[in-house]
Amino acid sequence: MTETRQDIVHYAARFDPAMPRRSSTLSSHLRALEAESIFIMREVAAEMANPVLLYSIGKDSSVMLHLAMKAFWPAKPPFPLMHIATGWDFRDMIVHRDQLTSALGLRLLVQANDAATAAGSTPFNTDSREWARIMLIDALKAGMDRHGFDAAFGGGRRDEEKSRAKERVFSVRSAGHGWDPRNQRPELWHLYNTRVARGETIRVFPLSNWTEFDIWEYIRLEQIPVVPLYFARHRPMVDRGGTLIMVDDERMQFKPGETATERLVRFRTLGDWPLSGAIESDADTVEQVIAEMLSARTSERQGRLVDSDEAASMEKKKREGYF
Amino acid sequence: MTRQAEAVAIATRAEEAAKGLLRFLTCGSVDDGKSTLIGRLLYDSKLIMEDQLRSLAADSKKHGTVGEEIDLALLVDGLEAERQQGITIDVAYRFFSTARRSFIVADTPGHEQYSRNMATGASTCDLAIILIDARKGVLTQTLRHSYLVHLLGIKHVVVAVNKMDLVGFAEERFDEIVADYRAATSQLAFRHVLPIPLSARFGDNVTMPSNRMPWYRGAMLLEHLEAVNVAVDAGDAAFALPVQWVNRPHQDFRGFAGTVVSGRIAAGDPIVVAKSGRATRVSRIVTADGDRDAATTGQAVTLVLDEEIDIARGDVLVEPRARPEVADQFAAHLFWMHEEPLLPGRRYVLKLGTQLIPATITSIRHKIDVNTQKQQPGRTLELNEIAFCNLHTTQPIVFTPYTENRDLGGFILIDRTTNQTVGAGMVEFGLRRASNIHHQHVDIDKARRAAQKGQKPCLVWFTGLSGAGKSTIANILERKLVAQGAHTYLLDGDNVRHGLNKDLGFTDADRVENIRRVGEVAKLMVDAGLIVLASFISPFQDERRMVRDLFGEGEFIEVFVDTPLAVAETRDTKGLYKKARAGQIKHFTGIDSPYEPPEQAEVTVATGELSAEAAADQILAYLTSHL
Ligand SMILES: Nc1nc2c(ncn2[C@@H]2O[C@H](COP(=O)(O)OP(=O)(O)OP(=O)(O)O)[C@@H](O)[C@H]2O)c(=O)[nH]1
Ligand SMILES: [Mg+2]
Repeated sequence: MTETRQDIVHYAARFDPAMPRRSSTLSSHLRALEAESIFIMREVAAEMANPVLLYSIGKDSSVMLHLAMKAFWPAKPPFPLMHIATGWDFRDMIVHRDQLTSALGLRLLVQANDAATAAGSTPFNTDSREWARIMLIDALKAGMDRHGFDAAFGGGRRDEEKSRAKERVFSVRSAGHGWDPRNQRPELWHLYNTRVARGETIRVFPLSNWTEFDIWEYIRLEQIPVVPLYFARHRPMVDRGGTLIMVDDERMQFKPGETATERLVRFRTLGDWPLSGAIESDADTVEQVIAEMLSARTSERQGRLVDSDEAASMEKKKREGYF
Repeated sequence: MTRQAEAVAIATRAEEAAKGLLRFLTCGSVDDGKSTLIGRLLYDSKLIMEDQLRSLAADSKKHGTVGEEIDLALLVDGLEAERQQGITIDVAYRFFSTARRSFIVADTPGHEQYSRNMATGASTCDLAIILIDARKGVLTQTLRHSYLVHLLGIKHVVVAVNKMDLVGFAEERFDEIVADYRAATSQLAFRHVLPIPLSARFGDNVTMPSNRMPWYRGAMLLEHLEAVNVAVDAGDAAFALPVQWVNRPHQDFRGFAGTVVSGRIAAGDPIVVAKSGRATRVSRIVTADGDRDAATTGQAVTLVLDEEIDIARGDVLVEPRARPEVADQFAAHLFWMHEEPLLPGRRYVLKLGTQLIPATITSIRHKIDVNTQKQQPGRTLELNEIAFCNLHTTQPIVFTPYTENRDLGGFILIDRTTNQTVGAGMVEFGLRRASNIHHQHVDIDKARRAAQKGQKPCLVWFTGLSGAGKSTIANILERKLVAQGAHTYLLDGDNVRHGLNKDLGFTDADRVENIRRVGEVAKLMVDAGLIVLASFISPFQDERRMVRDLFGEGEFIEVFVDTPLAVAETRDTKGLYKKARAGQIKHFTGIDSPYEPPEQAEVTVATGELSAEAAADQILAYLTSHL
């Protein structure tokens, strides 16, 4: 039996129209970012036939979902959530996902590449790029096609990475979900062109202009619950050539001589546990996480084993249909 | 870190972010060093993380354009194709902040081919850094970008004369370029232009003063960016909110969601729906953080109104004292962004605010030569060209001039078949004199008047050659309708020309005006609840479409009186064909002026086979089953 996350319960109650409203303490900068994101979400709801919010359970998704709750309040967001699950997500993430979506009363769709799992693919026996392709990209495309979604919100930020910095807020994808970075539509002012041909879809990035700092600061001020893995705890870790991997369940494949040791760690980004590197840290509050981030000398993506494969990996993945 | 140190760190950083965000772009000609300059700003501001520096060093070895050194442009040129070719293709957005300000910078491409991406980056900026290669001086592309910067309403410009290291840091060269630039751009509406000599590659005058240019005593680039005040005095601009989405979770709540684009609104304030003229008051300003007393420009809110009135996405809620223009014709500057040229007369989809409406460019007043800003004649508009045009929308739209408000005056044009964004426009002014005369809302409406007469009002438009039998059939039809108790009115071409249109002749312009007036009169009559019959040769598709666009779905019924020319000419009831053949009448339809048959008439009557009586019955049958 998993414990009920009290922070999630309280959070969900805030959106109950019968409960007293909580006044905002945001800086003018965050208020402007919030308003821009809300505008983008409403444009999609108004102009697209069948949108979906890609919910990956991380901090950016948490903010994006929060903005969606605000944009349409007192109505619920007029679109479902979709999680692309690999079967190797941290257990804490699944708990967070299920408790949060049920507390908020939102429709959650889970899409996975069951065929690949049945065929025996695991992050231990599959090259990390291939893993991302089959478990994330293929599953995402299948999910979009299966439900006939014509638009999908993603939590990507332009400050994350060089090819993301080049992408439009409304990013058109071909019928095969590919991105053509050399031929993006002009996007002037806040006039988003949502017209697409049959089969084409649009990926929409309402957090385009947020930075990692903005995200955390917003989480802090708006008291948005996030997965506890972002905060330092003692966790069973394996040191693999300098990368700290958490042993989240019994499927861990130890290399000869490896054992798990308790270390005080936290994660800057979340994904599949065998592919996510932790950092040693004692930051166990949002305030401490922010302070640590401000003094950091490396970027948040550093811990992602999937991305460090090659410089242009993100662009390549996007061309193939990834977010 | 201690708790207190933490709190201080966060507070400081949050303060930085709050201190007026500056959005700026770098632009100018190919290879002038735009991307290098942004890379230099990020690098010198110590904003590049260790892992990013490591990959930059590796990238520079592989793709760098500067030998063994690190190539700062690679910090922003993030696409594979850009790195391979050493150029920028699309705009990159970077975020950075200093102790004094936070910045969003758009690094835009210099290649003419990608000018639309430069416009994309510039459209949301308040300041432009226009780079000039000190060796090359002012180029066409420098001026094209300057003109776009001016058109897009950016008032603050930094002229960054770059690569000073390659001209021996010579003051004369700098002065010469600055003088050239000023002379070439004196007509542009910039409020403040600051020239700075610099070297992006080596960092002179970027974030640190240059001891190699002691003759320059002005501000360094970063210093200027931190200090410049780009705020515009909005004065007491009137409230406007384009409705994005109607929020209706259950029967007891109906709110209009949107972002305030101008002015301020408070609960209790009166508002008007710009297009319909309906007025009411704001009863609540709803947000998920609780109701607000007031909302100002930039805030995303949901308005609940006192009365249930008809409001949908695309409507603009405004303050009664200062209503924006409502018109279906206006003049605008247009920047063309597609390989396929603009075609006057062709229909595009226009998006302005939350309004999406079919539109055509009715004429190109003149094109603009970006080098000289001189006006040139032109019939079409090619990729990257700029023109001043007249546009026509199928329904009136709500707008203000772009210079007054970017959100209510900027628009895009979308191609209906390819869905590409092909044009970006900036409204200058409305064209109909009536555009400032707002519709007065009346309590008794068309539906009410129609109900009183027990009929569905409509316009039956007869088109066909002279002598085809339009008037005869229309007469019989009206008799039959009246016999059934309908309230009707017949507008006939000849009769109208004796009164309403007696000032009009038969030139092309007069023919169009003739039909336009008849369309408007018919519209009033339909509004009065009548079934109107109009009998006009109306040979051109365009004019008939113009009238059709005045009416609602199903209200305009086009009847094509299809009589072969030979038959009409043999009848020649008025002897006109004979005169036309003899050259005594010019521009006679069917003889020396074309007749464009309707492609999708609601009813076609073939008078070669039918009597006038039978033709009238055929139309009556259509009306009975459709009204
Ligand atoms: N010597 C010298 N070279 C420079 C300077 N600034 C830029 N460069 C070089 O000029 C070349 C072009 O620089 P980029 O920054 O890519 O130019 P760009 O304006 O961004 O080019 P596009 O975006 O493709 O139009 C590179 O090889 C730079 O290293 C400078 O101040 N001095
Ligand atoms: Mg460049």
